[in-house]
Amino acid sequence: MTQSEAPQPDAMKQVPRVHVQCTLNGQATEFLVAPYQSLLETLRDVVGITGTKEGCNDGNCGACTVSLDGRIVDSCLVLGAEADDRTIDTIEGLAPPGGLHVLQQAFLEEAALQCGICTPGLLVAAKGLLDQEPHPDEQMIRQWLAGNLCRCTGYDKVVRAVQKAAEMQAR
Amino acid sequence: MHPFEYLPARNLTEAISALARHGDRARAFAGGTDLLVQLRGGRYELDAIVDLKRIPEVMELRLDGDGLHIGAALPCYRLYEDDSIAKVYPGIIDGAAVIGGTQIQSRASLGGNLCNATPSADGIGPLIVHSASAVITGTEGTYSVPVAGFCTGPGTHVLRQGEVLMAIDVPTPAPHFGAAYQRFIPRNEMDIAVVGVASSLVLNATGDRIESAMLALAAVGPTPIVAAAAAESLVGKAPTEESFREAGELAADASSPIEDMRGTIEQRRELTRVLTRRTLAQAAERAARNR
Repeated sequence: MTQSEAPQPDAMKQVPRVHVQCTLNGQATEFLVAPYQSLLETLRDVVGITGTKEGCNDGNCGACTVSLDGRIVDSCLVLGAEADDRTIDTIEGLAPPGGLHVLQQAFLEEAALQCGICTPGLLVAAKGLLDQEPHPDEQMIRQWLAGNLCRCTGYDKVVRAVQKAAEMQAR
Repeated sequence: MHPFEYLPARNLTEAISALARHGDRARAFAGGTDLLVQLRGGRYELDAIVDLKRIPEVMELRLDGDGLHIGAALPCYRLYEDDSIAKVYPGIIDGAAVIGGTQIQSRASLGGNLCNATPSADGIGPLIVHSASAVITGTEGTYSVPVAGFCTGPGTHVLRQGEVLMAIDVPTPAPHFGAAYQRFIPRNEMDIAVVGVASSLVLNATGDRIESAMLALAAVGPTPIVAAAAAESLVGKAPTEESFREAGELAADASSPIEDMRGTIEQRRELTRVLTRRTLAQAAERAARNR
């Protein structure tokens, strides 16, 4: 096969990449991203931080939850290009240096995880709740986390862990 | 996925010209909670998506003497986190609060719900019974159509090429107005309505007679259905369980459900009866509180 008969180059190369500047976990960050890449793909494959997990990739499971300008979103349903000028917080930014966030501590103590795929999303989502409501009741926690699916533990331990984190935070 | 360009419009003129330039190969991009799923699922291909979220008018939320002005791409949470809106527009809040989970609520908009035009949309019926209008702008100028006439079939609507839905205007309700939206789903949240019913009514000053009523049904026809005869039957009657039950029968007559994995025809008719009765009772309760 001659050069001209070679298959068309990968479609990904046909649309110019977009330059994005954002604040990622408190750090000024910039990258080039294909305009159709999700924020989830951008974080994992372009920026190279893989704490945010892919579950369903269609906005049902919440495994890819990150915070965008202080609101939790499914990063599979956000484009990386949209992050320009925005503030993104992921699981990597949750723990203080050398320690654990109270939610992480509480999830460990309550054994609120098993395989761990849903855990980063649950932690980021739960932080979004505690930021907004430091003393949520059980119903509020269940409602808020309805968009985070877990197929291992069920939800009781997760709810208890969030309640415990709220108490730890109040101390 | 077919590669597409991302075009963040800074103002409506830019958005309209980008959409006009690409014709049916481009779409407006609000929260993306339907659009990105459909693109990734291969339902259609686009060459460009035009992000409206950086246009101030399209993200606006304003409550004033004329009523409520909802920018087309304003995320749902902005509506229900505002107590002053919840008090005056309870039906709209009922709908906006049940579209997806918390993550989706941060992005999904009523404008997007309207343009996605699924028969089961939770956001559209409440807008109809609040007499809302869709504000459309394009190369030919800006005009409004009633939300009740916006959807033309599953996934289709009145917008023409080069036009965008810019906002939704909801008038200030009459005194003694109440509205409610309820849906049936087999779990507590994160599901698509098997049936949804939005009701509103206006009571007289003493609260013992219905002056006017509106009913809109979701997921029982190709578009949201305005159950006019059922609503009309309530006028002049007392807001009682019996009046609501009769309206429920007429609403079921107005429905034309299909059978699918979410429910049978008979179940959907029965749900229409029950939810009509219940939302009318809830709307009447809210109207009585507005006296």
